[in-house]
Amino acid sequence: MNSSVPSLSMRNICKSFGVVQANSNVDLTLYSGDILGLLGENGAGKTTLMNILFGAYSADDGHIEINGKPVTIHNSANAIVHGIGMVHQHFHLVHRHSVLENLLVGLPGINGMLDKQGALKRLDEINNNFHLYLDPHAIVDDLTIGEQQRLEIIKVLFRGARILILDEPTAALTPQEAEGLFDALRAMVAKGLSIIFISHKLYEVRSITNKIMVMRHGKVTATLDNTPDVSERKIAELMCGHELTPPEKPAHLAKQSLLNISNVFTNETGRVCLDNISLNVRGGEIIGIAGVSGNGQRELADVIAGVLTPSSGTLEIDGHEILEFSPKQMQAYGIGRVPEDRMTTGLLTTLPLSDSMALPRISDKAFSRFGVLNRKAIRKFVEEQIEKFKIKAHDADVRTGTLSGGNLQKALLARELAWDPLVMLAAQPTRGLDIGAAQFVHNIFLELRSRDRGVIVISEDLEELFNLSDRIAVMYEGKITAILPIAEATVQKVGMLMAGQEAGQ
Amino acid sequence: MIRLRLERRESTPTWFSFALPLAAIITTLVLCSGLVVMAGANVWEAYTTLFMSALSSRFNLVETMVKASPLIFTGLAVAVAFRAKFWNIGAEGQLLAGAMAAAFIGGLSILPSWSMVPLMIISAAIAGGLWAIVPAILKTRYKVDDVVTSLLLNFIIYYAMTAILDGPWRDPISGYPDSPDILMDAEFPVLLRATRLHLGVLLSVMAAPIVWWVIRQTTLGFAIRAVGENPKASAYGGINITKVIIITALISGALAGLAGAGEVGGIHFQIMAGISPGYGYSGIVIAMLARLNPLGVIPAAIFFAIIVTGAEGMSRATGVPVFLADVIQGTSLLTMLAALLFTTHRIRIKQAHHG
Amino acid sequence: MDEILMQIFQVGFFTALIRIATPLIFATIGELFAERAGVLNLGIEGIMLLSAMTGFSAAYFSDNLWIGILAAILTGVAAGILMGALTVTLGLSQHVSGIGMTLFCSGLAFFFYRLIFGQPSTPPNIVAFQPVAVPMLSDIPIIGQPLFNQTALVYIAYALVPMAAFILFKTPWGLSLRTVGESPHAADSAGVNVAWTRYQALMLSGALMGVAGAFLSMVQFNAFTFGVISGRGWVCVALVVFGLWSPWRSAAGALLFATIDALQLRLQASSAIDIPYQLFLMLPFVLTIIAMAAVSRNARAPAALLKPFRKEER
Repeated sequence: MNSSVPSLSMRNICKSFGVVQANSNVDLTLYSGDILGLLGENGAGKTTLMNILFGAYSADDGHIEINGKPVTIHNSANAIVHGIGMVHQHFHLVHRHSVLENLLVGLPGINGMLDKQGALKRLDEINNNFHLYLDPHAIVDDLTIGEQQRLEIIKVLFRGARILILDEPTAALTPQEAEGLFDALRAMVAKGLSIIFISHKLYEVRSITNKIMVMRHGKVTATLDNTPDVSERKIAELMCGHELTPPEKPAHLAKQSLLNISNVFTNETGRVCLDNISLNVRGGEIIGIAGVSGNGQRELADVIAGVLTPSSGTLEIDGHEILEFSPKQMQAYGIGRVPEDRMTTGLLTTLPLSDSMALPRISDKAFSRFGVLNRKAIRKFVEEQIEKFKIKAHDADVRTGTLSGGNLQKALLARELAWDPLVMLAAQPTRGLDIGAAQFVHNIFLELRSRDRGVIVISEDLEELFNLSDRIAVMYEGKITAILPIAEATVQKVGMLMAGQEAGQ
Repeated sequence: MIRLRLERRESTPTWFSFALPLAAIITTLVLCSGLVVMAGANVWEAYTTLFMSALSSRFNLVETMVKASPLIFTGLAVAVAFRAKFWNIGAEGQLLAGAMAAAFIGGLSILPSWSMVPLMIISAAIAGGLWAIVPAILKTRYKVDDVVTSLLLNFIIYYAMTAILDGPWRDPISGYPDSPDILMDAEFPVLLRATRLHLGVLLSVMAAPIVWWVIRQTTLGFAIRAVGENPKASAYGGINITKVIIITALISGALAGLAGAGEVGGIHFQIMAGISPGYGYSGIVIAMLARLNPLGVIPAAIFFAIIVTGAEGMSRATGVPVFLADVIQGTSLLTMLAALLFTTHRIRIKQAHHG
Repeated sequence: MDEILMQIFQVGFFTALIRIATPLIFATIGELFAERAGVLNLGIEGIMLLSAMTGFSAAYFSDNLWIGILAAILTGVAAGILMGALTVTLGLSQHVSGIGMTLFCSGLAFFFYRLIFGQPSTPPNIVAFQPVAVPMLSDIPIIGQPLFNQTALVYIAYALVPMAAFILFKTPWGLSLRTVGESPHAADSAGVNVAWTRYQALMLSGALMGVAGAFLSMVQFNAFTFGVISGRGWVCVALVVFGLWSPWRSAAGALLFATIDALQLRLQASSAIDIPYQLFLMLPFVLTIIAMAAVSRNARAPAALLKPFRKEER
């Protein structure tokens, strides 16, 4: 599907933040009916480029043309006027408001009042054209993640977008929901829209796009048609610039139980309730926990971290039953924790790095005596870890928040590993990390495994779980619906379990 | 087109600790000079009398220190609280609580004479600490905003105090709504002959480095800073948030209470309704100017003491209303806040291209 | 107890109640708009005080009460803009900015009042707004007098609450404002100018607080005194929480508070109860704290309240 004038043409786009060159002379061309896959590691510059297109950032240099006419996009209102719509990875919805209110915001009204009738009509049209339906009066908080994303897409179509940008759209979807999304996308391009599809998931990009653009370190490394002769390997190399080596995982016999969770229930208001969770983590094995986010993974992690007390059930660490749930207790018995949201629950952003790294063990006699801090010891510890893990920080006193994602993750791991935990709990450990840093993290988990420690990895990235785990557990609505040895696990089985179907249905 | 951008900084240079408050004060004085002009006075004359009055004689210098003493205490109280992001706007009320406790103990003739001063001090600290726990409990247990509650509590204790001073605690001799004088033995010892330099002044100056040490060198201080920075991460890291906030409130309130003790035992020797001309609120400005650093509280408090001492004299000499001091106080807080932006960000001038 | 009931059933009680509630309603609705847009406006006490002063002064010198109200409104709007500069453009702590605004505005109020009027032996005063009876409605038995024989600003307050509700929930600007307060990123993606919306909310907030202040110095009393606000601004912040950020409920809270306040004034004056009057003054504040404690645990504030919105941060 081609017309001679591209619907979108970006030429020579340059953008830097301080010393970082986020985009260097980037060219992008899109024709009506195209689905362009934009691939690259984290930090490659894809999101920056799209933010420039959508008006969130302004380029330092370069031109943009839409349907052959040069345009300047000052802000999102501008972008919308030019027919560009962006569906962000983290939704920009107001949870308290209804679907209709989320759609109407920013639109002029009729006679000074909100134009509800007109909106309902448009919704109908969108449903007819693209088979995207939502109850206009439903409150967003009550929608599933898949439905919320549908709302994001409807929002964009609502304003007459002809060019859609989707940023990691399947990150929180089950494989089946992702297929539903792809159907909608195919319906859109059939009507002449163009789509830019940002993803790091190769197999998805292969299945839905007709053109691929790969970025690395702010530059475009390749633009090619998505034809069968192009191999995944080649694309991955274009993304990373080096051969991808899946981590070595020697066969390993699991030893005795290190963490035994039996029949645990929780019932805290406002949170997902854990429903009869039983999980046995043995020394020398990595347990992967799969599941669409919001099915109890956070609650399970909080129980293991000692922040959430079960209403019934028992937890045993290395044979000791836990009677009092607190982070200090869990630490003392040998649980190490790398949290999912580094900044919110892990680190002290504006305080020095040494404070963040000493935080969980500040009362330990290595760091303080009778309530008085031993600053020299703390500093020495932090410097040792910086050295050992090659953390890119100027010194121990830099403000924690200035480190990059990968280095922060290293710091969090270092801070736990220094105390030789029996069981390491890691949630979304490689989110936001580039391939090199992700590999580093995976190697640490494998090393723990080879030393007969236990590792629990909670992740939304199925590829990661398949690469690391000895057994995969799937969570759905607060229950563990299955625990599969890796030899028996397939993406299809796990995907169905994630969606609540019994495997084999 | 030139555009200004705010960019994050990696770390803050240490000389900022002096430069920023100084810049804030200078900006304040420049802005407030407009008010002096509106009052029809000469800016130079007004400012020189404002500052020089305090420094013009040995007696005045001592008086400035005496005036600075309650400000140091309230400044410390607020600095500690704000570090934990416990927005203690109630230092004013906690001061009154401390003052009442001190005045009460100071009037008890049954106590042995040697014990009176120490008991006054201890009871003032306890009273102030307890009054500060109220907003702390409301915050931790009931999730009520600490700013509003600590403020309302100031009014509550003020009315309670005036009710008592109007009634059962009224001085029968003077007939005014103030308490009877405290006993002679309860008066704070004077440290310098022929001045009002009392024990409270010494205590306040000693308190600053002690508080500094606690914040910087102890696990409690670490916990306070961590909770103020990120309560969630602190909880996951094993810190008991509620405990830390309660302890912070106790310390903060105790410091403010000590300010009250000093005023009762060292200056007025009784308690009356107007015993605090807003020391608790000034403490907020002082704490911010000091960037919440206990050591910085001393120079900041002295600065304000100078202004407050000099305002009367300036007013008499130039006709500028004495409330210039209040405006300077409010403006300093705002300019210091804006200046604090530079600790975490720097300004970049960008040439924006169009194309 | 009998004494209390006796007071309530006196004729003037409800008239006084409504008069006391009016400034609270203006200021509370003003604070509500700011908070719904995501900005806690703790400058309220100072803005009310400063506006009370400018309103009074303008009315005094121009001999025109409405000029006074205009001056108060302009003062409030200017204060709102300053608050916006601090919290929206510079992104400073809303708590401390608010306290700073209150200290700053209070200082200005004292300074300029003293500069303009000096220290005369008899403080200057004006002829306050007089009640204007609404024809026919004020003749309704029992409720006619208290509701419809009030000063003009009271009638404006009656209209203010439904208007605020209408603006917030039925107009595009109101939806933008609420979206900005819940999720500034959602608003921004939809093309709403978050910063400008917050500025508008703060200016409106300041204007309403200005009217509230002016009401106190020009209607409820007929002079400006340093204590003319005495903590009422803070009470209004509490009333917004108590009203769960809804105009109707917050106004109801204001009426409740005014009832207690009117009651304590009457009880003070009556000799039947022998309790120090200060305890009556304390009562409304104590009840406000208790009310907040009862409500705050489960109250959901606008999600973006207290968070500055910065776009290009990495």
